[in-house]
Amino acid sequence: MRAGAKVGFGMPALVLGASYVGFGGFVRDNGLGLDIAMFTTFTAWALPGQLVMVELYLAGAPLLAIALGVALANMRLAPMCTVMLPVVRVEGRPAWRLYLAANWVAITCWALTMLHAPNFPREQRLSWFMGCALTLWAASLAGCAVGYFAAGVFPHPVSLALVFLNPLYFGLLMLQDLRNRQRVLSMLCGAGLCAILHPFVPEWSLLIAGVAGGSIAYLLSKRGGA
Amino acid sequence: MSPLGIYIAAVVTALATYFWRAFGVAVGGRLDPQGRAFEWFSCIAYAVLAALVVRLVVFPAGGLLELALPVRLSAFALAIGVFFLARRNVFLGCGAGTGAVALAAWLA
Repeated sequence: MRAGAKVGFGMPALVLGASYVGFGGFVRDNGLGLDIAMFTTFTAWALPGQLVMVELYLAGAPLLAIALGVALANMRLAPMCTVMLPVVRVEGRPAWRLYLAANWVAITCWALTMLHAPNFPREQRLSWFMGCALTLWAASLAGCAVGYFAAGVFPHPVSLALVFLNPLYFGLLMLQDLRNRQRVLSMLCGAGLCAILHPFVPEWSLLIAGVAGGSIAYLLSKRGGA
Repeated sequence: MSPLGIYIAAVVTALATYFWRAFGVAVGGRLDPQGRAFEWFSCIAYAVLAALVVRLVVFPAGGLLELALPVRLSAFALAIGVFFLARRNVFLGCGAGTGAVALAAWLA
């Protein structure tokens, strides 16, 4: 557990903490309290879904639209858990440990666990993951609070920059791996559809752009033989 | 304090998020991560994330509205440029983009 915490504590905690600084600033900029920023970081801890939640709530979207929007934004967590399972599972140990640990599966610590945990005996891997995850979780909560206060204390241009950090972080993260044609198509279709639809259906544009754009991209890539 | 309504939304958010994590554990070993269903899922997931980025940059709700759309788009383009020049360094790209926004807001 300590080894995992050590790996998480350096650059990963800094980057993830910084992205949550953006979230804290975003929440304040939208007129909501620190309490909700911390609550949702504590309970959900998956930034895209949290951003979708705030966006849709403020757009006045119905609860069902929020649930669907968040679910779509965080769907990527399911395949991540599936892929990590064979790495951390120990025959004979109760499954509840896996279901509990799954609550902290998120992109950064998932990637670190897939990279480092196989170097440890199987029995130690799940606690390695938890050590890393809890460290990053704490960094996120701290970053969130820092961002919220910074948005009030720092001059206005700095607060705006903090808010701008959210789309930048995700945009650039997605551009890191462009080798997958299907993925690039999905991003283009989702972005394009959202730009077209948003002025007409602000509460549903995210959902429609995601499902329709993703499906169109999937079909196009299959047709192209990718 | 934030309004009660958003707490309900936050609980729904937490449940919708945990659902996928538990789902991923439950189907582990039974479903092929390279299969077509997962492929389609991941297309939708990427499309939603891209749509979210467009929403936050092109149709922001809060203070970013003070900056004109061309300014926001230029800052984003600059970030992408620096990101690729710096060998896909997310940190430097984010720094350039946020720096540009701060500068633009300061000059405005």
